[in-house]
Amino acid sequence: MRYLADGLRLPTNALDYSILAIYFVVVLGIGFAARRSVKTSLDFFLSGRSLPAWVTGLAFVAANLGATEILGMAANGAQYGAYTVHWYWIGAIPAMVFLGLVMMPFYYGSKVRSVPEFLLHRYDKSAHLLSSILFACAAILIAGVNLYALAIVVEALLGWPQWVAICVAGFFVLIYITIGGLSSAIYNEVLQFFVILAALIPLTVVGLKRVGGVSGLTDKLDATHGANFTSAWGGTGIGDPNPLGANWLTIVLGLGFVLSFGYWTTNFAEVQRALSAKNLSAAQRTPLIAAFPKIFIPFIVMVPGLIAAALVPKIGTSGSNLTYNDAIPLLMQDLLPNGVLGIAVTGLLAAFMAGMAANVSSFNTVFTNDIWGAYIQKDRPDSYYVRFGRIITVIGVMASIGTAFLASSFGNIMAYLQTLFSFFNVPMFVVFIIGMFWKRTSTKAGFWGLLSGTVAAMINYFWFYKRHVISIPSDQGANFVSAIVAFVTGAVVMVIVSAFTQPKPAEELAGLVYGTTSPGMAEPPAKGDDAWYRRPALLGWTALVLAALCYIPFSL
Amino acid sequence: MSEHQDDYQHKIEELEHASVTAAKLFDIRRIIGGLFTVYGVIVTIAGITASDAAIRKAQGININLWTGLGMLILGLLFLLWVRLSPPPPPPPPEELLQESSGSGSGE
Repeated sequence: MRYLADGLRLPTNALDYSILAIYFVVVLGIGFAARRSVKTSLDFFLSGRSLPAWVTGLAFVAANLGATEILGMAANGAQYGAYTVHWYWIGAIPAMVFLGLVMMPFYYGSKVRSVPEFLLHRYDKSAHLLSSILFACAAILIAGVNLYALAIVVEALLGWPQWVAICVAGFFVLIYITIGGLSSAIYNEVLQFFVILAALIPLTVVGLKRVGGVSGLTDKLDATHGANFTSAWGGTGIGDPNPLGANWLTIVLGLGFVLSFGYWTTNFAEVQRALSAKNLSAAQRTPLIAAFPKIFIPFIVMVPGLIAAALVPKIGTSGSNLTYNDAIPLLMQDLLPNGVLGIAVTGLLAAFMAGMAANVSSFNTVFTNDIWGAYIQKDRPDSYYVRFGRIITVIGVMASIGTAFLASSFGNIMAYLQTLFSFFNVPMFVVFIIGMFWKRTSTKAGFWGLLSGTVAAMINYFWFYKRHVISIPSDQGANFVSAIVAFVTGAVVMVIVSAFTQPKPAEELAGLVYGTTSPGMAEPPAKGDDAWYRRPALLGWTALVLAALCYIPFSL
Repeated sequence: MSEHQDDYQHKIEELEHASVTAAKLFDIRRIIGGLFTVYGVIVTIAGITASDAAIRKAQGININLWTGLGMLILGLLFLLWVRLSPPPPPPPPEELLQESSGSGSGE
């Protein structure tokens, strides 16, 4: 299977390569400079819980701006049109606000170091171990997909062989995380965020000029793809056929509620950024600060996809030799002169490395604290775990290089992995949300909810969808349905198991269930944190209103 | 609260006191400011010396010039921010200990 068309080789020159080289030097420099800030295991895995909110907030959004996001959402734009905005305004912002306002006090306040560790305290060891292992496997697989995606892009654009690109990118990520720990990963993510913006904004501006501005773009797409292509909700009535294969109900429930909340609130690669913040207020503001750039990212990711669809109306179909993934590389090749082209290439590589580094740095934390330190080598001195964390980072990167080569031998691994991702996150989310809001949930319910939800999503996908027992028109539509099935099954199993087993004693639930607080958790706000513009509720509600307002031009 | 929970929270507090990230981690604003100033200068020069072909390729916009100036301004703003609010000197560890032991009984 080809992901990118041949003939996309960019006309890069020495100027572009110098820009790229400077970037790699700075990336390594950050790693080495962060080294002296690592003394304890908390420094290595959680930056000593000491970072300011704007740093963790931008890292939160950059950790998500990886391979599937930039190329994938531009591809969605070229394929499904303006429906792509749902992944942002309904599929991200509400969940990010919920994480900041409702869940963060429990995560940060209970002083857990990872998402699986929260399950250990709320439920028991079996839920803890199962979720740790599921997360560790998913993180390595996803890091590998990011590496492989990087390799095919670099091969198409710059002409490097795939194995060279995989090894070079793997090497850089390995060095800066092994040496500088999470601080180095987070600082690099903040830098990557700005470089990615500097890459995508000029591309969008020149692209819009090419198609005659916003009105020229909508006119062209209306003529070639029909009016629904530039509308967020047009053609999403239940029973209406549309290219996404989903109706408004599956969009709101499957994507907006279950999939999105599963990803944003329980995926440790994201939550880890908030846990490294310096106090509860900063931790709460992390996803809220991230929500604001997230609202505007579709304008520089989806819009290039729409522009590509307007320029090459047959993109992705048999009438063209370009695939949907080619949207952004195509515009780069056609529109960017040397200089900005170098920035754009650097931005793409930065994005892939951000996506990989986020997974590697969350993998080493979960593996060291939740698997090795909890069940295999307990009660060693702290320095042992820092050393082990560095070793497991090396092993993790090697394993992702392995899964990258594995990914290259599969046909459509990207779509499969997005599906697998929904298998892992959604059951986690059920177990969390029910455990957090229903204090009667028993300790055994965690494990069985997690297991049954995962299995139910897999059965729905591989049996009902793949074998056409029920008819769903697209992979994405099937993902939405799998998510809803996993959620409902997990929830029902948890209620039944809870009804037949003993609840956890109330005194063990302090700070873990809604309506309780850990003793000593309420800390006075730090100096300046009581400023009105730092109030989490204000930030959160503003983000929600802004996201809702963004729908207006796409709904008229 | 169970003893087990007490245990690990206590351990995290100890690690937080021993942590040196807050004291020793450099300020990322300098790095962003520096890199974007350098990039801004490079890309702006590429814009000033842009060939007609480069401008034609970018649909008549001198995109290097505008992007370069934008990056330069962003870089300088970050450096200005560092200048206006320098990173606070980290408090000595004893003070940290006192602060956190005082906060538990507050509410």
